[in-house]
Amino acid sequence: MEQTSKYIIRAENLVKRVNGPAGSLTILDNISLAIKYGESLAVTGVSGSGKSTLIGILAGLDLPTSGKVILDNMDLTRLDEAGRAKLRNRRVGFVFQSFQLLQGLTALENVMLPLELAGNGAARDMALAHLAEVGLSDRSAHYPNQLSGGEQQRVAIARAFAGTPLVLFADELTGSLDQETAAQIVELLFRLNSERGTTLVLVTHDEAVATHCSRKLTLDGGRIRQPHVPA
Amino acid sequence: MFLLRLSLTQLLRDWRAGELRLIGLALIIAVTSLTTVGFFTDRVNQVTEIQATELLAADLVVSSAEPFGREFIEQARGLGLQTALTVSFRSVVVFADRLELAEVKAVQSGYPLRGRLLVSEQLFSEEIVSGTIPEPGSVWPDPRLFQLLDFNVGDNVNLGASSLHAAKVLTYEPDRGGDMFNIAPRLLMNLADLETTGLIRPGSRAIYRLLVSGPGEAVTGFRDLTGDYEEYDIRGIRDARPELRTALDRAEQFLGLAVLVSIALAGLAIALSAQRYVVRHFDNCAIMRCFGADQGMIIKIYFIQLSVLALFCSGIGCAFGYLGQSGLTALMQGLVTRPVPEPGLTPVLVGMAAGVVTVLGFAMPQILRLKNVTPLRVLRRDLVPQPLSNLGIYTAAIGCLLLLAPWKSGSVDLILYGFTGLAITAVASYLATRLAIRWLNTLRSGVGVAARFGLANIVRRAGLSMAQILAISIGVMVLTLLVLIRTDLLANWNNRLPPDTPNYFLINIQPGEVDAVRKFIDDRTGVAPPVFPMIRARLMTINERTVNPDDYTEERAKRFARRTFNLSIAGSLQDDNRLTAGEWWGETGENLFSFEEEFAATLGISLGDRLEFKIADKQVAGTVSNTRWVDWDTFNVNFFVVANPGTLDGYPASYITSFHLAPEDRPLLIDLVRTWPSITVFDVDSILRQVRGIMQQVVKAVEFVSGFTLLAGIIVLLAALQTTHDERRYETALLSTLGAGRSHVLTGLLAEFALLGLIAGIVAALTATVAEMLLAEFVFHMDIMINPWVWLITPLLCTLVVVIGGLAGTRKVLSTPPVLALRQY
Repeated sequence: MEQTSKYIIRAENLVKRVNGPAGSLTILDNISLAIKYGESLAVTGVSGSGKSTLIGILAGLDLPTSGKVILDNMDLTRLDEAGRAKLRNRRVGFVFQSFQLLQGLTALENVMLPLELAGNGAARDMALAHLAEVGLSDRSAHYPNQLSGGEQQRVAIARAFAGTPLVLFADELTGSLDQETAAQIVELLFRLNSERGTTLVLVTHDEAVATHCSRKLTLDGGRIRQPHVPA
Repeated sequence: MFLLRLSLTQLLRDWRAGELRLIGLALIIAVTSLTTVGFFTDRVNQVTEIQATELLAADLVVSSAEPFGREFIEQARGLGLQTALTVSFRSVVVFADRLELAEVKAVQSGYPLRGRLLVSEQLFSEEIVSGTIPEPGSVWPDPRLFQLLDFNVGDNVNLGASSLHAAKVLTYEPDRGGDMFNIAPRLLMNLADLETTGLIRPGSRAIYRLLVSGPGEAVTGFRDLTGDYEEYDIRGIRDARPELRTALDRAEQFLGLAVLVSIALAGLAIALSAQRYVVRHFDNCAIMRCFGADQGMIIKIYFIQLSVLALFCSGIGCAFGYLGQSGLTALMQGLVTRPVPEPGLTPVLVGMAAGVVTVLGFAMPQILRLKNVTPLRVLRRDLVPQPLSNLGIYTAAIGCLLLLAPWKSGSVDLILYGFTGLAITAVASYLATRLAIRWLNTLRSGVGVAARFGLANIVRRAGLSMAQILAISIGVMVLTLLVLIRTDLLANWNNRLPPDTPNYFLINIQPGEVDAVRKFIDDRTGVAPPVFPMIRARLMTINERTVNPDDYTEERAKRFARRTFNLSIAGSLQDDNRLTAGEWWGETGENLFSFEEEFAATLGISLGDRLEFKIADKQVAGTVSNTRWVDWDTFNVNFFVVANPGTLDGYPASYITSFHLAPEDRPLLIDLVRTWPSITVFDVDSILRQVRGIMQQVVKAVEFVSGFTLLAGIIVLLAALQTTHDERRYETALLSTLGAGRSHVLTGLLAEFALLGLIAGIVAALTATVAEMLLAEFVFHMDIMINPWVWLITPLLCTLVVVIGGLAGTRKVLSTPPVLALRQY
């Protein structure tokens, strides 16, 4: 893939407003940032500071009210929903706090999902390899409700890396886990991330998790507390 | 391929998890009811199609009220056609001291020219094809006559003045008037014996038929030639339309309507279940969207899922339908006398298609919501797609029902009545529920905490409560109404007539016999019945315009325009008649006619019209001076057209009378028919019993199919409960953590379901009673007392159904440990 910029993500003057019963509410207020290929960024902030909204927009799950997002040289704000879906499938991976596995599919089928959506003919073998990497080869035929929280999150990580994304978004990935399991998951995520050179954008409350990242950005009331200056 | 696999995997998983069970069940019920009727009507259609080809027993049949001239028959033979004569009439058959009215057919050698006669050597022994007709001196009665008169093959029976030998059992004859209903038992005899019976005299009611067959051109040539004889009725294969068809068509329409109601309720259950299913799949869709599935793909996945589910469940429905139709055929046993062939595959295809249409019509609008699930939901679970517009839901549902309605010519009215009835029931349910909810609100402070919780549930989920009440009340209402029709209306129809209502008619009384017959009846019963002349006439012109059957659209009118009918003479207006227009005649030299008002309307005849009738070979003209309303339910002799005294003097007439005969006086009929063999006795009681029997059977069949409606209603109840399942579980857990015991929760549920059932039962009783009263007034023309049992049994039944169904549907709520329920919510 041709790399015309050293930034995988550039956000310019992002504003997100929603209309509520009490009038218009600004969730993101003029945010600009840039993330380099291979970089890992921790987004922190208190509840309601706009973290989830920000990564939703950066990942192409949502559109800003104004401003633009360039992801791998593509302006997300100019793509329609189908275009953004395709882009998510090819370039973006996700890990969520609540795992977000499809309950009707086995661990293996969950990992196969992004591969199959991309039309990959070798989905099964690749998914099996990814499951092996997260240590769940023997659990491939299990359904999510037959797995522990830590195991479910590992499946989610396998699924996130299965599509060989350029950038991985992780939203409070240890929020639903006990401390020990959380530490294992963080370790796993960062190991795989460094092995593949994936860019990582990680939303977390946990300062300890944030310190694993090369850079940290804190949101406060929809603004960046420490203005981020691209290096 | 990936989409198909993903869809199937999800489908399988959802099915196992019970997510789709109710949609599937509702669908199975809808398709079962549809195919039960489909298979059944398919079989009956096959019978009637087979019948149609041999219905005439010939290529062409010429019918006449008078014997054919020799010359006419020779014309047919001259064209190289084969011929056979038959004479059909009704007469009393006597064995020992028993007598029975039978449909007699005297046939000539060569009969039938098309089709075959089937006979058996003994009653209920093996059926064989007969190549001959009864030998002179012998007759072949059908099994019913053997049973009714209790005689055996080899016995002699009396027919008119003759004693004839019952040689074989007639099991099938091709041209039994296209009438497969068992109205009267039948007897086949040789034409050569007819004269000696003395049954046929001038003016006797008999139908003479000339059967012809041969090369197509010759038949057409003879048909053209016969057109010159106005008094002849010609029927070729293309005219053959079994009268049974009309009756079965009607039954089919009622069955179709019952099926449609089941489908509507099943649809409601499907829509309710789909609503919950969709909500529970928001997360799945969000994840798939997040990983790159676009809207089209989401829709495709669910479309495939639903279609596969629909095909699978419809398949099961078809299998059940096949079982169901054998039940229906058993209920209709006796109505169709031929062995019924196995059903074809068409009902399966229709059932499968209808299953897919039902699921797509009722569930797809809900499923479409899934495409609007935003992928952002993976981060913010509070994001749900906009609810559907009601317009879209209703349009799809109504469109689906219109597509599945049993549209046929003549069924439009019935479907519209059906829909109107449903709409009225829906409005009644709505109003009753609104009222009940208000009333329940006032009750809340007066009941215990558990019951209050139950009441609050009905009030809080008013929309769902209404759907449940509506579905259950429609199901129970339809069944209640059918039971009422069977027990109140049909069973009592004519039972409410005065005890001395005439139950026997005598026709074909010759002018010279009138006084003797009256005296005979008077001597034996103490009442000399009134005797009326009957003159067979054919209407030729109205205001000098020739009457042409093709000018009329109504089948009844065509028939009257084509055939002869009976005129009578009356000096004064009968007690059971009322003038509706014009004036009754006094002494006048004019020729005047009085018409029964509906009959006049059918033929388009008005007051003052100048009419010309043909009687035998003479013409008589006169003016319509009045129209009458006739109370036919009195079973007195009445006529569509009567003339004033003088108008019809001197024309050939036979006489008719009606009288009441107590069962113990029946033997007098044996003496009567022995003395005057040409007189035909009609036993009104037995005819009415037979007609009522047929109607009872049809109603039972509809009842059977309506059982599916109740089942569908129960599925709606369960579907509605399922939509509130998670909420109930959470609330129950919450109550439990606050210290409520299992019995509290159970009492609350009981209160809720019992009240829902009670309201539904009252609505069902109310609507069924109103419908029964309307039917009594407009269809059966009888006064009806409100049946008090309906008001007791229906609410009780409804309450029971809802309580059992409701507790079954919420048993998981009760069995979930509170901690688990709170954690999962």
